[in-house]
Amino acid sequence: MDEAIVLTYEISPDDFTRAGEASSDVKGKLKQLGVSPEAIRKVAIAMYEGEINMVIHANGGGIRVEITPVEIKMILADVGPGIPDVEQAMKAGYSTAPDEVRSLGFGAGMGLPNMKKYTDDMTIETQLGVGTTITMTVKM
Amino acid sequence: MTVKDVQEILGARVLTGEEFLDREVRSACGSDMMSDVLAFSKDHSVLLTGLCNPQVIRTAEMLDIVCLVFVRGKKPDETIIEMAKEREIIVLETGHRMFSSCGMLYKAGLGGGAI
Ligand SMILES: Nc1ncnc2c1ncn2[C@@H]1O[C@H](COP(=O)(O)OP(=O)(O)O)[C@@H](O)[C@H]1O
Ligand SMILES: [Mg+2]
Repeated sequence: MDEAIVLTYEISPDDFTRAGEASSDVKGKLKQLGVSPEAIRKVAIAMYEGEINMVIHANGGGIRVEITPVEIKMILADVGPGIPDVEQAMKAGYSTAPDEVRSLGFGAGMGLPNMKKYTDDMTIETQLGVGTTITMTVKM
Repeated sequence: MTVKDVQEILGARVLTGEEFLDREVRSACGSDMMSDVLAFSKDHSVLLTGLCNPQVIRTAEMLDIVCLVFVRGKKPDETIIEMAKEREIIVLETGHRMFSSCGMLYKAGLGGGAI
């Protein structure tokens, strides 16, 4: 693994049942590459939460994953509504998800805090009406 | 204990993964909220749930869950079972409700794992 391996995914907003396919694919690739189980677990959980968010809150988008010998970087970019108050959104339990999403097992307001918890670095760039880009890094 | 023990304690049906029933399980969690499972699950090998959709399998996949138990007679459809099969996740189905299922396993020595 000398140079960066780059994986890209398009996340469809239409089908909740398919949400998580990208994360699943990344998990498989990391396994093949022999990445440590701890790093894989962190990436899998953080990316899955982010992917779900793109589907339920943001009309889908794109995910880019860069794998180098030192780290795994995930860039999740959507053209959704943006996040009005990031500090509030980061609070455990805060959620604007409708009941319909909760009945599917999501919308507990744990996604963003979880993403932060399982990654070594996370930044959120967001603009109302333009979209949100979340960049997360997990060290090898 | 093994998944076989879990199956016997719960009087459960095996929907997929019959060949892996001798796999070891160390702790379990029970929830219908996948967000909570993702947030609080450490090294659980069994997930009990009354929620029946493909995201249950994905959550189990992300957390390396060995065995899924659908409680209170929930019947996952073919797509869900197929997804589990591809990932070598054992799927059980029991008629017992969540509280009773968890209680029976706990009593038999399967704990909730580290907090
Ligand atoms: N990509 C996104 N675009 C717009 N809003 C978002 C996005 N991700 C999260 N949010 C907002 O932040 C809140 C908290 O997100 P999260 O912690 O994942 O909880 P949940 O998804 O369970 O609601 C969401 O309810 C939503 O209002
Ligand atoms: Mg979320």
